[in-house]
Amino acid sequence: MKPVATTRTAAGIQTGRLAVWWLLASEIVIFGGLLVSYIMHRLAHPEWADYASHTNTWIGTVNTLVLLSSSLSAVLAHHAAEQGDGKKAAKLLLATIGGAVAFLVIKSFEWTHEIHEGFTITANGFWAFYYVAAGIHASHVIVGAILMGWVAWQANQNRELQRVELVGIYWHFVDVVWIFLFPLLYIAK
Amino acid sequence: MAAQKQNFFMKYLWSTDHKIIGMQYLFTGMAMALIGGYFAYAFRMQLAFPGAEIPLVGVVSPGEYNAFVTNHGTIMIFWVAMPVLIAAFGNYLIPLMVGCDDMVFPRLNRLSYQIFLISAIIIIASFFVPGGGFGGAWTAYPPLSADSAYNLTPLGSSMWVIAVALEFVAFLMGGINFITTAMNSRAPGMKMFDVPIVVWFIVIASILFMASVGPLIAGAIMLLFDQQIGTGYFDPRTGGDPILYQHLFWFFGHPEVYVVLLPAMGIVAEIITVFARKKLFAYKIVLYTAIATGVLSFFVWAHHQFIAGIDPRMANIFTVTTVLISIPIAEMCFVYIATLYGGSIKFSVPMLWALAFLAEFLIGGVTGIFLGASGADVYFHDTYFVLAHFHYTFFPIAIISVFAALTFWYPKMFGRLMNETWGKIHFWITVLCFNGIFLPLFVLGMWGQHRRIYNYEHFPELATQDMQNLRIFATTCLVIMLSAQVIFLLNFFLSLFRGKKAGKNPWRASTLEWTVPSPPPHGNFETLPVVYRGPYEYSHPDCEDDFWPQDAPPAEDPS
Repeated sequence: MKPVATTRTAAGIQTGRLAVWWLLASEIVIFGGLLVSYIMHRLAHPEWADYASHTNTWIGTVNTLVLLSSSLSAVLAHHAAEQGDGKKAAKLLLATIGGAVAFLVIKSFEWTHEIHEGFTITANGFWAFYYVAAGIHASHVIVGAILMGWVAWQANQNRELQRVELVGIYWHFVDVVWIFLFPLLYIAK
Repeated sequence: MAAQKQNFFMKYLWSTDHKIIGMQYLFTGMAMALIGGYFAYAFRMQLAFPGAEIPLVGVVSPGEYNAFVTNHGTIMIFWVAMPVLIAAFGNYLIPLMVGCDDMVFPRLNRLSYQIFLISAIIIIASFFVPGGGFGGAWTAYPPLSADSAYNLTPLGSSMWVIAVALEFVAFLMGGINFITTAMNSRAPGMKMFDVPIVVWFIVIASILFMASVGPLIAGAIMLLFDQQIGTGYFDPRTGGDPILYQHLFWFFGHPEVYVVLLPAMGIVAEIITVFARKKLFAYKIVLYTAIATGVLSFFVWAHHQFIAGIDPRMANIFTVTTVLISIPIAEMCFVYIATLYGGSIKFSVPMLWALAFLAEFLIGGVTGIFLGASGADVYFHDTYFVLAHFHYTFFPIAIISVFAALTFWYPKMFGRLMNETWGKIHFWITVLCFNGIFLPLFVLGMWGQHRRIYNYEHFPELATQDMQNLRIFATTCLVIMLSAQVIFLLNFFLSLFRGKKAGKNPWRASTLEWTVPSPPPHGNFETLPVVYRGPYEYSHPDCEDDFWPQDAPPAEDPS
């Protein structure tokens, strides 16, 4: 049973949503620190542009499209949940999970290829940042997919429908992080 | 109710009740403090009596010495100050003080403690792996920390990084809980300026922590990969930059000072108002000052790097911001002194600790100005002057204010009062010995004594008899101070059974936690309170009593 504290809204915003925004605030600082470190290094080392030229922009573009379109079904799931249709919300969330899985599958093929080419995490500074930044992002994709599975399971029984929106906000954030990573790691050459 | 029939495990170890979780943090933090104190004993004895067989420790090897120094700092900050000041009192006080039944996310709260406990186990376990505990100083600068060929602790250094990173994760989770609870779960009628200062300060501290720790979490991952996989983020040979780590560390490390300072300041505010029977002087100014301090604290970090090769123009800017930040902190101290002025002061044990906090912290603050000025810092850097300075800030924060809080809220937590006489004896021994330890270290620092030296006999100019006498004096004071903690522990545990029953409100305080039974039952309030006024209405002319509880309805209007 939830405590009374959870149901109060003295700040005028629902507790779960408030907490998700604070969570994202802390995530922004983590990714911010990583990306600023990367940009500082990148500016100090013009030769990193040569290393970066070996990334595959096409695969990156496809993955960007996959990830962004997966947000569409997350938005539709939120819409369905607001209308009280938990079953529909659950199905739409499953579609988003499908997008997450597709993203990870493409990424693993991409990485396998790059590692075979000799571009490992220890190859040089650029590839170290490449794998860690994309890797931390990918771990967020995995966590997001698991969370969406759990929320979909509850929504299917019409329980905790507000969580559909919350997991959606988180998923949009995962998208936005990728929007920063894609140009920084793939396009800037 | 089924809740009454919970077994010991479910009730005390797997609980989602904010009060139990607060006490889990408290007792874990106290246990870690004993370990941190033991480390201090070990390395101070080595400095006073180099190479001697130390009782309860044995002969300290150079590697062990480094591990003790490093982990003393790490443990005292991350496993004592943070869990006790923020997590223990935050958990215990926030729901009670804002008038609700629990934290907004009780299970997340339990998870945050469990992650914290795992991190504590990892840091202790690092002492028992091959190579021993990490010895590269609590700041863990690369390349020393990044390469086991230098630090000789291939496992210990990585366990250190993992433990610290897990601790951060635990506090991010806890912080989200604190902030959300204080924002959303306030009792009806409790406006922003009716929230007790300590709650405000814990929330601001949590926000500061959240906004500053991210880069270091990223830095911890990079450092771990440098150690274990062989990447070179911080290695100039592969295009990395060791100074980058220093920026990531201190961008967190300096706000962290205020993360632990603010809850301590909040605790002192609560105690001073109660024992001066006076309203807090300038509530809103204190609050705005704290927020200003928080913002400024993000612009001072490079004062730790004045001799790390940063641009001298940058050093100038950071000198200015660093000296600026002493203004809001000084202002808070003045506000507390103004609160005392004209009050009816009662020197109970919590009040003694609160006043000692102000006095000792002031010394810490004033000596900080020497270090914040880059010109003076070039000389003082990495000497015992720095060490004495930050112990004059951290000891009041992590020890003095914690004793203030413990003796103040003990009756609420356990339903009984601690012994006043033994409390005062413990207070005087601890505070006098604390000054006895660190005043000589200021002097030694000014004489040029460097930090992180295993044995000064190897440095003839630092091995004079005068200097050695001061070292022995400081160590003697430390041993007396540590022994005096037995008095506190006995007082603490014996009072659990023998102390006088406290009743609801032994200090006649007006905040909400004193309106419920001691200890408060599960769910805290029988009926959730409604708030009518601010937290510090002492000696108010409209109230017969000299304190006016926040939830007492206003008297009927006679007109």
